[in-house]
Amino acid sequence: MAKFSKKRGKTSPAVSTASLPDIIFMLLFFFMVVTVLRDAELKVKVTTPYATELTKLEEKSLVNYIYVGRPVERYRELYGTKPRIQLGDKFSTVNDIPLFLERHRIKVPEARHGQITSSLRVDGEVTMGIVQDVKTQLRKSGQLKVNYSARKDPKRKGSGVKGD
Amino acid sequence: MAKTRARDRMSNEINAGSMADIAFLLLIFFLVTTTIVEDKGITVKLPPWSEEEPDITKLKTRNVFSVLVNAQDQLLVRGEIMPIDQLREKAKVFIANPYNDETMAEKPTKAIISLKNDRGTSYGVYLQVYNELKAAYNELWDELSRQRYGVPYSEDMKFAWKKAIRDEIPFVLSEAEPTAFGEE
Repeated sequence: MAKFSKKRGKTSPAVSTASLPDIIFMLLFFFMVVTVLRDAELKVKVTTPYATELTKLEEKSLVNYIYVGRPVERYRELYGTKPRIQLGDKFSTVNDIPLFLERHRIKVPEARHGQITSSLRVDGEVTMGIVQDVKTQLRKSGQLKVNYSARKDPKRKGSGVKGD
Repeated sequence: MAKTRARDRMSNEINAGSMADIAFLLLIFFLVTTTIVEDKGITVKLPPWSEEEPDITKLKTRNVFSVLVNAQDQLLVRGEIMPIDQLREKAKVFIANPYNDETMAEKPTKAIISLKNDRGTSYGVYLQVYNELKAAYNELWDELSRQRYGVPYSEDMKFAWKKAIRDEIPFVLSEAEPTAFGEE
């Protein structure tokens, strides 16, 4: 017993830190891969509703985002509390949607124009009126592939029937 | 000359100790800017826009499953008030019609779900209703797939199988122009 502990105590246990950069680099690469640089600051409050029948949006470059919700605290004085549309990083109206879609479309190769999806990130408490206007405008602009952004309810596992 | 050579010999090893710090800096930058967003949602194909009035096709009432949602977020399904958690089951029974009920769809291919909401309906409820109807179809597809092929229905199953299932039970959901009674 004594012999063991003595031997151990003598050797200086210096952990080599040479591999530390490698570990950090590994973490770094992980985050670089999963990261999506947020291109726009959210000016409207968006809490997407819960749903169960979700499909995943695969390619980020083929997706454009339309946010609908009430302006956040900071912008209330200027823009009021009525639900507004945010395209890119600014408040917009329905009439700005065609230009916004076109701006995104030119960045996508022509062969893949049919695969462009509009992701509607709409707050659950907004009424359908404004959503309907957006939908109508999207239809008029020929953008028919739409994804209503939603989340999985963390409290309900599997495909439980949603009540309330 | 001699001097430089001496210098070369001295500094032929770069200190890699600061490498970790640099990597840390980058790591922290990406940690801060990262948003692991789950880009998920209900994918919908909107009908193309046309200025003309759609031609009115008479449908047998037994083939239409009408869902109305009013501005108070209440549901009226085929003329009856219904809580939202019964919608899925009712829709499934309507589409499949296992007992050949006179009042329900003749065949799954003829079943049409008609959804109409108000401009004052809350988006959350609308999406929930849409989700339930989609879930009804998903469950029917899954049942058919298990029964016929012994595998659960999924997006990446054999294309021919998927097509056969989708042909047998097509997803037909028509959305009417909403009413405007309860606009905010």
